[in-house]
Amino acid sequence: METSDHILHSFDQELEDIRSKALEMGGLVEKQVSNALQAVLEQDVELGELVAASDGEINDLEMNIDEECAGIIARRQPAAGDLRLLLSIIKLTTDLERIGDEAEQIGQYATQLGAQTGDQGMHTQLRHLGELAHSLLKLALDAFARMDDRQALDVAKKSRRVGKEFDNLSRVLITHMMDDQRNIKDALRVIWCARAFERVGNHSTNICEFVIYRVKGKDIRHANLKKIGKKLYPTLEHNEE
Amino acid sequence: MSTQAANKTRDEFDVEIIDTVGKPLLDDGKAIKMATRECNVFYADNQAIYNVDLDIGKNEIIAMIGPSGCGKSTYLRALNRMNDTIDICRVTGKLTLDGEDIYAKDQDPVLLRARVGMVFQKPNPFPKSIYDNVAYGARLHGLVNNKSDLDDLVEASLTKAGLFKEVKDNLLKPGTGLSGGQQQRLCIARTIAVDPEVILMDEPTSALDPIATAIIEELMDELRHNYTIAIVTHSMQQAARISQRTAYFHLGKLVEVNETNTVFTNPEHKLTENYITGRFG
Repeated sequence: METSDHILHSFDQELEDIRSKALEMGGLVEKQVSNALQAVLEQDVELGELVAASDGEINDLEMNIDEECAGIIARRQPAAGDLRLLLSIIKLTTDLERIGDEAEQIGQYATQLGAQTGDQGMHTQLRHLGELAHSLLKLALDAFARMDDRQALDVAKKSRRVGKEFDNLSRVLITHMMDDQRNIKDALRVIWCARAFERVGNHSTNICEFVIYRVKGKDIRHANLKKIGKKLYPTLEHNEE
Repeated sequence: MSTQAANKTRDEFDVEIIDTVGKPLLDDGKAIKMATRECNVFYADNQAIYNVDLDIGKNEIIAMIGPSGCGKSTYLRALNRMNDTIDICRVTGKLTLDGEDIYAKDQDPVLLRARVGMVFQKPNPFPKSIYDNVAYGARLHGLVNNKSDLDDLVEASLTKAGLFKEVKDNLLKPGTGLSGGQQQRLCIARTIAVDPEVILMDEPTSALDPIATAIIEELMDELRHNYTIAIVTHSMQQAARISQRTAYFHLGKLVEVNETNTVFTNPEHKLTENYITGRFG
């Protein structure tokens, strides 16, 4: 339901400002995840430290956006699509902030892993999962920017792969640990990173759910995505991911 | 929803292409107090209301919203035959109260208006005492036999309207001497003194300040337990605050009716969305 301008143009301006800020926050978080992944894969201690130290800007933006949303709700009493936009932005910022925290964690582990002299190469196992989580985040933010509910549903379906990747990775790391006890310390660091990337994927799914809520007015959290897809888009083909 | 309709501006809008969306009719099992089917209202050759099918549930507050001239007041006034007083006004279709046709030949409009009372935009107490204002209907309809019963009725009605405490020592003073909010509550007391089943309210708080408005809204919420209330309001926030169902009118057509929560969070029709979000483009 795309909409025309408000009679009060200042309201349009405020909504546009807040939307831009949310997207700016999304951009920062995406960059953090991308840097964290690079740091851990390339054992780049400096980049890891940079990521670990760069979460403050994201936190500030979260608070700033929430405050502006509260102001608009108090002054404008938004309804319908406007209300859903604000609610989804408030929820978006919470998930983005948590993704930022996960990236910060990965940055710290990357620093520790990079400082190791003996390289067992376990960190390279993170490539698949990390790239998947990063791409889901990018696609979810892209769906949010364009309010593309169909893409959001597709991304939400894809995000199930993250869990599977995490399980695969766990099995590989357990093998490493059983091979040699001296691997345990690094293997645990890698698995904590993997857990963080899995969380990034899950938060990205949440973002997709807010897009669908904003566009369709339907809350699809905790729902079967295949059924939801058929209900919301009866004319499309629905493939199980 | 017709996309064609959605793209039109208000002036271009062709009323012929709207079907009411949402749930204008109540589910089976819900008590219907009033209902209209194919209700049309004309002023001479001009049609003001087009084919409105709507159920009003017992003990619910239904809010009617829409831009000026959309016909919501005209429709409200059709519900107690207030339009009869306008010579050029003609109502067609079926309008019922408890299943009974209110436009039937044997229906006495004066008795009907006792069952379906009305509160207007501007408080309009009679130029009489507070007591006589409230007692007026009961005397007219011969509802009480003696002074003591009438005293009780006046006190009970003023109490229900939340005004008794404020006026109990001044019952013989003129009603017109009260503040605006008190006058409106006096009019509500006058309406409920004849024990109506339905109360129609046409912008009852638009002349009042926010505190007086809040008092009336609180009163409506209490009255809902004993009466059915249909309110026309220009304040969308008021509709959102007090009603269980909201009906959106546009150029004489009923565009959408739904649970109030649904209308204000996820309206089905583009025109409803545009109106409640402050857009017309």
